[in-house]
Amino acid sequence: MMLSIKNLHASVDGKPILRGIDLEVKAGEVHAIMGPNGSGKSTLANVLAGRENYEVTSGSVHYLGENLLELATEERACKGIFLAFQYPVEIPGVSNIYLLKAAVNARRKYQGLDELPAVEFLKLVKEKVKLVEMKEEFLHRSVNEGFSGGEKKRNEILQMAILEPRLAILDETDSGLDIDALKIVAKGVNTLRGPQRAMILVTHYQRMLDYIVPDHVHVLAHGRVVKSGDKSLALELEERGYGWIEQQAEEIAAAVTG
Amino acid sequence: MDSLLDGRAELRLAAAGVGWVKKLRDSAAASFAEHGLPSTRDEDWKYTNVKPIAKRQFRPAGSSDEGVNAAAVAGCAIEGLSCHRAVFVNGYFSPPLSDLSALPPGVVLDSLARTLAERPQDLSAALGRVMPAESHGFTSLNTAYLTDGAYLRVPEGVVVEHPIELLFINTAIDPAPVVQPRNLIVMEPSSSASVLERYVGVGNGSYLTNAVTELSVRANASIEHYKLQEESVQAYHVGGLFINLERDARVTSHNVAVGGAIARTDLRAVLAAEGAHCEMNGLYLGNGRQHLDNHTQIDHARPRCTSDEYYKGVLDDRARAVFHGRIVVQQDAQQTDAQQQNRNLLLSPDAEIDTKPQLEIYADDVKCSHGATVGQLDSDSLFYLRSRAIDERTARLLLTYAFANDVIGRCALKPVRERLEQTLTRKLFHARDLEELV
Ligand SMILES: Nc1ncnc2c1ncn2[C@@H]1O[C@H](COP(=O)(O)OP(=O)(O)O)[C@@H](O)[C@H]1O
Ligand SMILES: [Mg+2]
Repeated sequence: MMLSIKNLHASVDGKPILRGIDLEVKAGEVHAIMGPNGSGKSTLANVLAGRENYEVTSGSVHYLGENLLELATEERACKGIFLAFQYPVEIPGVSNIYLLKAAVNARRKYQGLDELPAVEFLKLVKEKVKLVEMKEEFLHRSVNEGFSGGEKKRNEILQMAILEPRLAILDETDSGLDIDALKIVAKGVNTLRGPQRAMILVTHYQRMLDYIVPDHVHVLAHGRVVKSGDKSLALELEERGYGWIEQQAEEIAAAVTG
Repeated sequence: MDSLLDGRAELRLAAAGVGWVKKLRDSAAASFAEHGLPSTRDEDWKYTNVKPIAKRQFRPAGSSDEGVNAAAVAGCAIEGLSCHRAVFVNGYFSPPLSDLSALPPGVVLDSLARTLAERPQDLSAALGRVMPAESHGFTSLNTAYLTDGAYLRVPEGVVVEHPIELLFINTAIDPAPVVQPRNLIVMEPSSSASVLERYVGVGNGSYLTNAVTELSVRANASIEHYKLQEESVQAYHVGGLFINLERDARVTSHNVAVGGAIARTDLRAVLAAEGAHCEMNGLYLGNGRQHLDNHTQIDHARPRCTSDEYYKGVLDDRARAVFHGRIVVQQDAQQTDAQQQNRNLLLSPDAEIDTKPQLEIYADDVKCSHGATVGQLDSDSLFYLRSRAIDERTARLLLTYAFANDVIGRCALKPVRERLEQTLTRKLFHARDLEELV
């Protein structure tokens, strides 16, 4: 098992958000997590990436057999976890290429490898920039500064393509993208798909799932997985909306507290 | 405090000069005797307590090389900077350590002491005249002791291509010396130069630098002036930089404070004729228990002058800094454009900054703005970088670096920019350089 989440509870600023998540992800699989706004999708993604102010109050997360919750954010990244942010931050004064170089070499250092020689690094970056159809000038701009919403998302995919994670978590990377950008993102993701890797796609719409076909679909509501299924569940949600799911979730919540 | 003044008689004998110089010294000595060193009761010294300086026993620095040799000078050099260099050891000019052989013809760069002895008339128009009549005790003290320092005159129309470095190497030999360089820079009409005024401490002991520089920028002349204060961490540094700009003159000032236990710089520019422009950049990097204070004042005295002030500070540990930026726009100074920004980054919860912009505007047709910010490293940005495998320390360094980047980027000299980047990395992150971390 690559990722095993058991009965995960987490709070933000003392407010319980995740209320018992169970999820198992095997290498080679793609899981889609859907659910209404505020259901806790981003919270789950951030907890997995190790955000400090998200407090895990109970439950466990194991990643490649290790207790993930004991690892610092950067250690998780070194071990192959990658989060494509729903809202990537702008970092004025740090250039994109510098971030990429620092990230690549931090990973290599952790793996006991020497720094990637500059020539090879540039070759790698240029190849991936082509993959996500980005202009090379973006490399020399400050991280995400002044990027459009779509450019930011593409930049996340560029980083993912270069870092080649074992477990990629994409938090609404599809939101706000036009169809061409969506295809580019899908291409980036599909290129990375392989038997050694796994992906969690957090999405609000099933649109992206036309391009990246998931093995499993889960629906999150009120901090719990209320329904799991295959690709057809996404289509059902598309048709029926989230109302019926929310209602089910409330019933479950009432049963638990009552 | 008395011990500081006791040496005066001796110095006066050593440099008994022409009447106007004697008068200048005597009136400064009288002013010092009357007012003494500033105290926290003075509005301008509210946040900077100089008692630790006042209660110390300092001896007047002697004019020997104090064991500073060419290797020591080379050790202080900024890598990759090729420059004309005048070296001063504990405030006294050292010809053997200096390299002035390639100065363009007509450019005068000499010891103030020698000029006072041999050609005092060359100095009479500017020495003691650029600085304001009213000034604090340290400035009076410097003038009372006025002995040596740099005298630089760039003649009319001359463009000095390579930078000129005034390197003040201060040693901390017991008993602690007081070093009082006095510099005069005159940029004659339509001349141009880059000048670095560097204060570097060797050794870890204590001493007091009390420096004054007067800079006269005549019509249409331009200067890029760097003050790089890199004193030893136990040293005290008080410095005044007084600038007068004539018609269409341009000054770009970079005021960098890195060293010193207590360091205070007073920087004052008077835009005394139409069309003058000054850009004032500042960077202060404090850690430990350092106290770094910058007081700036820009006087818009005449119409159509512009000023752009940009000061940034990074403070760690229990360091404390003061920024006081005063801009005065006189009634006459219509169509003034004056901008001021002060931004501070606190790396530790115990670091502290007192920032005080002060605009006094007596004209009505002006464009003035100011802003001051104090903040910590952004936690979202830190998380973002760490989620990309970058360890916390490197992430903090990258963001700190990013913070200081734009003000460092304003330095035209690339070797200085590199030096400052390196200083930031070494001082605040104890790493050899950024490349080592990433
Ligand atoms: N930093 C935060 N502080 C307080 N509440 C938060 C914070 N982040 C998220 N929340 C709350 O947690 C809940 C889940 O949010 P989120 O995980 O972002 O949902 P989703 O991604 O499914 O839209 C929401 O009610 C949101 O308001
Ligand atoms: Mg979300």
